[in-house]
Amino acid sequence: MILASAPTATSPSAFWYLPIDAAAHGPALDHHLLLNLWIALALLTLAHLILFTGLILRLRSEPTHIGRIEYLPLAIITTLFIALAVRAESLWAANRYTGPSRTALQIEVTGVQFAWYFRYPGPDATFGVTRPQLVSAAEANPLGIDPADPHSIDDRVTSKLVLPANREIDLTLRSQDVIHGLSIPELRLKQNAIPGQTVHLHFTATTPGTYALLCTQLCGLGHFRMNATVQVVPWGDYIGWLASQPTEAHQ
Amino acid sequence: MPATVTPNRVEPDRRHHLEDHDNGSGRRPPTDKRTGGGGDNDNWDRSRGNYGPRERLRRARMGVFFAIASDLMFFVAIVSTFFVNQSTGHINVYNQYVNDWTPTAVPRILWFNTLVLLISSLTMEMARRQMFREHDAMDEWLGLGKPITRRTIPWLIATIILGLAFLAGQWTAWRQLAAQHVFFRTNQSSHFFYLITGVHAVHLFLGIAILIAAFTGLYLSRQLETRQIIVDSASWYWHAMGLLWIFLFALLAFCQ
Amino acid sequence: MTLPNQQVLSPKLYTRLFTTDHRIIGLQYLALALFSVTIGTLLSLVMRIHLVWPTWPLPLHGLILPEDYLAVVTLHGTIMLFFVLTTAPQAGFGNLILPSQLGARHMAFPVLNALSFWTTAAALITLLSSPLVPNGAAISGWTAYPPLSAVAAAGPGQGLGMDLWLVSISLFALASTASSINILTTIIRNRCPGLTWDRLPLTVWGWFTAALLSLIAFSVLLAALLLLFCDRHCGTGFFVPTGDLVNGVLHRGANGSPLLWLHLFWFFGHPEVYIAILPGMGLTSMLLANFSRRRPFAYRTMIYTTLLIGLLGLLVWGHHMFVSGLNPFASSAFSVSSIAIAIPATAKVLSWLATIWRAKPQYTTAMLFSLGFVSLFIAGGLTGPILAQPILDQYLNNTLFVVAHFHLIMAMAGVFGLFAATYYWFPQISAALGKPNLILSESLGRWHFWITILAAYAVFLPMHLSGLAGEPRHYAQLTTGSLTPTTALLARTIPANLHTTYSAFVLAAAQLLFFYNLVRTLLRGTPAPENPWQSTTLEWHPQFTNPFFPLPASDEETEKIIVYRDPCHYHAPPSGTIFIPQWMPDASIDPKPE
Ligand code: HEA
Ligand code: HEA
Ligand code: CUA
Ligand SMILES: [Cu+2]
Repeated sequence: MILASAPTATSPSAFWYLPIDAAAHGPALDHHLLLNLWIALALLTLAHLILFTGLILRLRSEPTHIGRIEYLPLAIITTLFIALAVRAESLWAANRYTGPSRTALQIEVTGVQFAWYFRYPGPDATFGVTRPQLVSAAEANPLGIDPADPHSIDDRVTSKLVLPANREIDLTLRSQDVIHGLSIPELRLKQNAIPGQTVHLHFTATTPGTYALLCTQLCGLGHFRMNATVQVVPWGDYIGWLASQPTEAHQ
Repeated sequence: MPATVTPNRVEPDRRHHLEDHDNGSGRRPPTDKRTGGGGDNDNWDRSRGNYGPRERLRRARMGVFFAIASDLMFFVAIVSTFFVNQSTGHINVYNQYVNDWTPTAVPRILWFNTLVLLISSLTMEMARRQMFREHDAMDEWLGLGKPITRRTIPWLIATIILGLAFLAGQWTAWRQLAAQHVFFRTNQSSHFFYLITGVHAVHLFLGIAILIAAFTGLYLSRQLETRQIIVDSASWYWHAMGLLWIFLFALLAFCQ
Repeated sequence: MTLPNQQVLSPKLYTRLFTTDHRIIGLQYLALALFSVTIGTLLSLVMRIHLVWPTWPLPLHGLILPEDYLAVVTLHGTIMLFFVLTTAPQAGFGNLILPSQLGARHMAFPVLNALSFWTTAAALITLLSSPLVPNGAAISGWTAYPPLSAVAAAGPGQGLGMDLWLVSISLFALASTASSINILTTIIRNRCPGLTWDRLPLTVWGWFTAALLSLIAFSVLLAALLLLFCDRHCGTGFFVPTGDLVNGVLHRGANGSPLLWLHLFWFFGHPEVYIAILPGMGLTSMLLANFSRRRPFAYRTMIYTTLLIGLLGLLVWGHHMFVSGLNPFASSAFSVSSIAIAIPATAKVLSWLATIWRAKPQYTTAMLFSLGFVSLFIAGGLTGPILAQPILDQYLNNTLFVVAHFHLIMAMAGVFGLFAATYYWFPQISAALGKPNLILSESLGRWHFWITILAAYAVFLPMHLSGLAGEPRHYAQLTTGSLTPTTALLARTIPANLHTTYSAFVLAAAQLLFFYNLVRTLLRGTPAPENPWQSTTLEWHPQFTNPFFPLPASDEETEKIIVYRDPCHYHAPPSGTIFIPQWMPDASIDPKPE
């Protein structure tokens, strides 16, 4: 029954059901994930083999050598875990310890029960200020952008996240109400958006395509339908698309 | 199997706590002193288990200590929240990080309250010590009245009065703050002021209830060990609350 | 005929109900857990059905709305974790067995013990009444993250339903704290002569460590609940940030931090999951040894690893927060401590494997379930270190991969511990009920075991794949009807989900065998020998197993229980006695150990 739905993707990760991978940091992550999964599967098998062999062998014998039976395997598995941890930590450090480069493209993502809004800062590369008092979905200002602020004039708010391929992106995550979880499985990204706090996430999308953006932090009854579309497009298409979006000034 | 065993006839409510070395057939002197040589488990040693004269007391004390330890974690959590919240601000519309913590001025009367609570700890300790006077314990055992209760009661009453005075003082402090329009809801700092003093007051309130229970117990209970246990437990709890208050007060007075 | 030391047989309902007899209290806890597990299982079936057949109308209720689904998840998690897996192993079997294993007749504080039970019962009633209030039960999951849980406007169920959840868990926290004070004091002060620390059975070490963790963790939870309650009703904002705008309601000037709740909650939450599993680990060690007729391998190491797991368990809470906005450096630190906890866990697994290695064990049902525990613990545990690597958790967090992890290691391994305990200690349960030495049917037990373990793997192994494919937790529906990339992504998981649901039916149905076995044995079971498993620990001392055994009336008659040796002493088969209980005095049958 499971095999019937083998994914169409032809990547080696198909066995594990992983969706395709479209981010620059993705292959390393996938590689490490698959390594972990295979090791876990191998240890699971090995442990059960030992279990069953021990049960099946008829000749009774006492285990005696505590060093050989307990501490030596323990040392081996510990080494294994340490190696995995070191690798994971270095990947994590590469992804999260440092901020984005100065040239990264700024995009702001705001989670609201139960929708995502994306804001592009426009030529001034600065987001206009927002005030919760001004929030009004009816007046087409779901983020409460202050029209009096000169920076807001060229801001563009969209409900679809369009990203240029092969450009570093600096996402600013915010939430208006409760904790939401931004997750783009195909870009191997996940980060919670917390009200009262801004969180930065930087990455580079590589493969053009249309991907899913989901909310992965329980945020209320509409949690399951709080999703959006991510489109990774070549730079030229991106510029064209952006230009076609209305700015705050022209709403 | 069961059929072969004839159940003994046992008086159902006969009191005997074998593990407490109380078999219901007369008591031994309730003192720490080993009379020695008696062979009736007097010279028992640790490795043979926890049966002994003071066992019930030790057990109760240990229970109280564990309870205090867990209560301490409760306050640790609240105090950590205090520090976190104190240093948390928010980003205002101009993208500036503002921290608008305005300390609540601690009412002067709290100093007085602290003193009262300290003294109450002393009186409580006096009460506790009276419970274990070798000489009086022997008197009681010989049936010469209840000298221990007689000696302890005044100290206990003093503690209760001081405790009530402390609570009244806390009440006054809250009233004073309220008069300055500082309420629970007013600001971040006032939340904590009221929360911390309030939660502590609830603990003391409970403490006074325990003291009153001990007071009643002193009159009602004939068994010296029971009386020792309630006063002893009450006093450790009381000391812990006093000590805790010093910390909390220092926190409110100096760390805001 | 009055029976001496059994209050349960007293005719008065009142005395039977409000007894301070630790065994009866233990049984009461077990009954409460059994009732809870039934509800929790039914709820899990509702979830499973709804996930694959979203239009299925729940009888007496109708269509399951998204908020209904979330309420069901929340209730399922809360009931299972608190009222089943915290209650049954620790308070249930702890009360039933612990004092006897120490050679003691009472818990240290019998009245407090009864109070703890009734507080727990009140907590359960409070929780179960929450779906009945207007707007229904809380929908914020068992972790109750604010501001969702702090603001009534944030969703249905976040009003009175959420308050009831808070009250229920507060009561539960109080009861657990009281109960762990009792357990700790009992272990430290009520041991019988000769029972030194290193002679304690590993079960006692499990209960001991779990009680220490409860003592520390539950008070922190209680504080957090109090703060959350203030946020909801007293105008504070410890967890609500300034400018939070929920459903049109603006919160000003609070300067709170939702992350603070996460810290407080997980400081409790992680130890909590070890509280659920530690008694099961101890029991597994003892049962594997008992039925293999040898000492648990590396006994001392087992004691230390138990304590070490407890200690490390207090230092890893941040691994639930890797993607929650925790500082990335802190994530690394928590990652290291979490992976470190895999080391004592592995040591335990190795000891279990060594204990049964070529031992020709007796395959009683209790033994089978212990072996199942080992298997499930490995299967669920191995994904722990994967989740503990932040870079991987950045993909796996809040997917069904996590759900699969904790159901294998906690739900299934934990429940297998309970089953092993029930089959093993059933003579004790029946003795406490005044029907000495009944044993559950072994043949039914074997069926129960095999179906349960196969179904458990069938339910939760494919769930890993759903998670790897990207399916998030707490999703009321897998499709929203329209053709979006999300729908396409989640559609891939539907076969695995169907498989999970079908298997969950089998898993739940297999439990009927267990219930049938319980009832049948209690009604018409035949008595077994006095120490049917030939165990060496003190709960099988004739004084404890036989309710007809006369309680000595005076000191002279006291048959003092004295311990002479470590648990699990067995002879090589040729000699007559092959097991030497801890209380057996005769030195001649006791050759130099090892
Ligand atoms: C002990 C814990 C426990 C147990 C046993 C279970 C059992 C099951 N759980 Fe549960 N589950 C949780 C704890 C548990 N769960 C938690 C904490 C969550 C998260 C909640 C949240 O996010 O807030 C969760 C969430 C959860 C989800 C995710 C929902 C979502 O996020 O959308 C799903 C979905 O399939 C699920 C399914 C099941 C199924 C099919 C079972 C089946 O295995 C049920 C079959 C039942 C049994 C096999 C048990 C029988 C046991 C006995 C009869 C023992 C009796 C003995 C004595 C009492 C002595 N569970
Ligand atoms: C009983 C409960 C229990 C136990 C014991 C564990 C054990 C572990 N858990 Fe788990 N965990 C939960 C219950 C439990 N967990 C729950 C309920 C959640 C979800 C909470 C929620 O969000 O609702 C969770 C979530 C969870 C997360 C967060 C995931 C996320 O939300 O993104 C993480 C991350 O680090 C984690 C890690 C670990 C680790 C490292 C262990 C380690 O202790 C595991 C140690 C065990 C091993 C390492 C196996 C040892 C065996 C071998 C190594 C085999 C030996 C081989 C041979 C001999 C050949 N757990
Ligand atoms: Cu937003 Cu879940
Ligand atoms: Cu954890």
